[in-house]
Amino acid sequence: MKFYFKMLNVLVIAAFSLTLVACNGGNSKGGALKNSAAEKVFVAPGKYDAYYAFISGGFSGQLSVYGLPSGRLFKVIPVFSVDAEKAWGFNEETKPMLQTSHGFIPWDDSHHPDISQTNGELDGRWVFINANNTPRIARISLETFETEEIIEIPNSAGNHSSSFVTENTEYVVAGTRFGVPIPQRDMSIKDYKGNFKAALSFIKVDPKTGHMNLDFQVLMPGFDYDLSHPGRGKSHGWFFFSTYNTEEAHTLLEVNASQNDKDYIAAVNWKKALEFIKQGKYQTMPARYAHNVYSDENHTATSTMEKSVRVLDASKLPGLVYFMPTPKSPHGCDVDPTGEYIVGSGKLAAALTVHSFSKMLKAIENKEFDGEAYGIPILKFESTLAGTVEQPGLGPLHTEFDGKGYAYTTFFISSEVVKWKLGTWEVVDRKPTYYSVGHLMIPGGNSRKPFGKYLVAMNKITKDRYLPTGPEVCQSAQLYDISGDKMEMLLDFPTVGEPHYAAGIPAEIVKKHSKKFFKLEENKHPYATKSEDAGKVVRKGNEVHIYMTMIRSHFSPDNIEGIKVGDKVYFHVTNLEQDYDVPHGIAMIGARTSELLIMPGQTETFVWEPKQVGVWPFYCTDFCSALHQEMQGYVRVSPRNSNVKLSWSLDGE
Amino acid sequence: MNLVKRGGLLLATLSVMVLLVACGGDKSSKTEQAQPAVQKNADGLTDFQMENGIGPVTEKIVLGEIDEAKAKAGEALFKSKCAPCHKLDKRLVGPALRYVTERRTPEYILNMILNPDGMVKQHPEAKKVLAEYLSPMTNMNLPLEQAKELLEYLRLVEKEGKEKGIQADPLFRGQK
Repeated sequence: MKFYFKMLNVLVIAAFSLTLVACNGGNSKGGALKNSAAEKVFVAPGKYDAYYAFISGGFSGQLSVYGLPSGRLFKVIPVFSVDAEKAWGFNEETKPMLQTSHGFIPWDDSHHPDISQTNGELDGRWVFINANNTPRIARISLETFETEEIIEIPNSAGNHSSSFVTENTEYVVAGTRFGVPIPQRDMSIKDYKGNFKAALSFIKVDPKTGHMNLDFQVLMPGFDYDLSHPGRGKSHGWFFFSTYNTEEAHTLLEVNASQNDKDYIAAVNWKKALEFIKQGKYQTMPARYAHNVYSDENHTATSTMEKSVRVLDASKLPGLVYFMPTPKSPHGCDVDPTGEYIVGSGKLAAALTVHSFSKMLKAIENKEFDGEAYGIPILKFESTLAGTVEQPGLGPLHTEFDGKGYAYTTFFISSEVVKWKLGTWEVVDRKPTYYSVGHLMIPGGNSRKPFGKYLVAMNKITKDRYLPTGPEVCQSAQLYDISGDKMEMLLDFPTVGEPHYAAGIPAEIVKKHSKKFFKLEENKHPYATKSEDAGKVVRKGNEVHIYMTMIRSHFSPDNIEGIKVGDKVYFHVTNLEQDYDVPHGIAMIGARTSELLIMPGQTETFVWEPKQVGVWPFYCTDFCSALHQEMQGYVRVSPRNSNVKLSWSLDGE
Repeated sequence: MNLVKRGGLLLATLSVMVLLVACGGDKSSKTEQAQPAVQKNADGLTDFQMENGIGPVTEKIVLGEIDEAKAKAGEALFKSKCAPCHKLDKRLVGPALRYVTERRTPEYILNMILNPDGMVKQHPEAKKVLAEYLSPMTNMNLPLEQAKELLEYLRLVEKEGKEKGIQADPLFRGQK
């Protein structure tokens, strides 16, 4: 009896101390390292993560692919910036992808990824992301995890309120942060007010191929359009944009754009816009914008310069746009899964403003207006107001939803994520972030069907969170478990560039479609070499084209003679492998354009302009087999006036 | 002290039980499902596999006369898929293949084409060849039909080789 009693005592104490450890989380020393958190993010070697997270690369211009809950980085997909690792923008095939009306732009600032949807749910076909600086929208295939298409946006500057999809991916939408002269012209900056305009762009997405085309733009007053989200469910057919600088200031915006007590959320009825288009109430404006498409069939991109755009003038088309007053320079503009609530995060306000879609419709019907701006009706603030989340924190920015009736908002100034209840507007939980959180992401959290298990907060500042790496330290993401009543921080992990927003999706939806290799039979590259006996070297004046193949572990041909100083030598290299995860690389000494990494069944090209006489080697850069170090070849370069005949061989044949 | 020991013992016993439970299930269900016992050798391979390789071809196939049309298709496939590493009469990256149909059964050849990764990992014959040539055979992900076309081509070149009296290139160095 005594023994059992003592035993019990020991167990109770043990259990009690376990509980202590388990509940001591958050900001204590134990923090995320406590057992339960570690277990929750541990993905055993060889096992898969449950979610993909596509996290924007910010000023790197790229899109990174992470696994959740582990926070492991799988890939950085090059989008708007050249990438040496994948020869993106360096090889001949992908250079056209970075063409714009301003010429070849080798880098940009990528912001808001969004995954394609069907019936308001993530379908995992494509990710869209915006280039903020030289305005563009990219479409990335989730079969190949490669950028397939980039379209430039004319009449736009600071392409920030982008790139969000409607609930059947009918449109991907892009707004402009800067008001600019439309069309661009030489005029005084002082004449901004009333003369500068803004364009909201609706890019149609082909439901089968995903191909984008700029269907129309809505011409708006020259405010700053900051973020946007589509209506969904009952509000499908509308698009909501937050605005600031309704003051139309053109200098020291820090002060001058914060004068008005309220700015607006612009509600755009895009179904109505389609009617206006049908009725021919648009103006066709001359414009120049690049449209770049990469094809998996010929492994090559083409760039086309488009010449015009259809424009609908919101000031002249009643019923197209309404303004909902929203306090203090709203930033985030987020729509809940039912489509009823539109959350405006006034970044200088002490409260969150939530508008009701059904109240908005009623107010429009009853003409409850409070004046107009440039012919666009302003709805009465009280008429659309659903509720206010009072004193939630400082500096609200963005909101996502868990599908269980709760919303989660980030607070930049007070560095925290706050959970609150839709409908009652009460705050139910708050957790710190480290530090200065910007966006947050719940997989599917901006769709009709969120997967409310994890929340990723993306921080601007990390200061003391990681080993120091000089003046520039990493940005970070933090993972929270949101499956319980209270949020629990599980993990910190560094990110690529500054992460502006992310899109998450259950791995199951995506991974079954992931491509393993390209079929050689389907390779339509004009310089493809599909068997070794088709390999050759062709001279056209001082241009030389080498048709080369690679397979474990040799190049064919691997001895080439008859190249001369001053030649422009094109290496068109085809990987003959037809198996998963067997890329080969090629690097040529002195080549200035690129090294290549070529997937099985793919053809890529780089240019080499030899400057010096000699015998120069090339080799495989991707460890491909035990005989990888043997995978090499030589090119003999003779003087300009030499008579060495063009010849090529493998193993002397 | 005693108490602590006994407590420890109890916990140890419990965890052993947990382990037993955790690892038990799978095995028993597998053995239950196993078909009438097939004899396996020390490598874990059946007689059929020893002779005919490991892969999608698991029973003997019936071969008729050489199908000329298929052999022709096979020749084109050989050029694009095999020739980077194989010649008919001279070792290259891999063995010379003119008389492979003499060395191996048709089923072995098909399995080698269709499952090279599994073959070089598991099959003692394929392992020996890998040890000689060092480059593991690549998987070209061919459908069975195309592998059969290659087989027809290999049967044809064997026949032609014999008619012309072409010498075989040995599989292993120093072999006649």
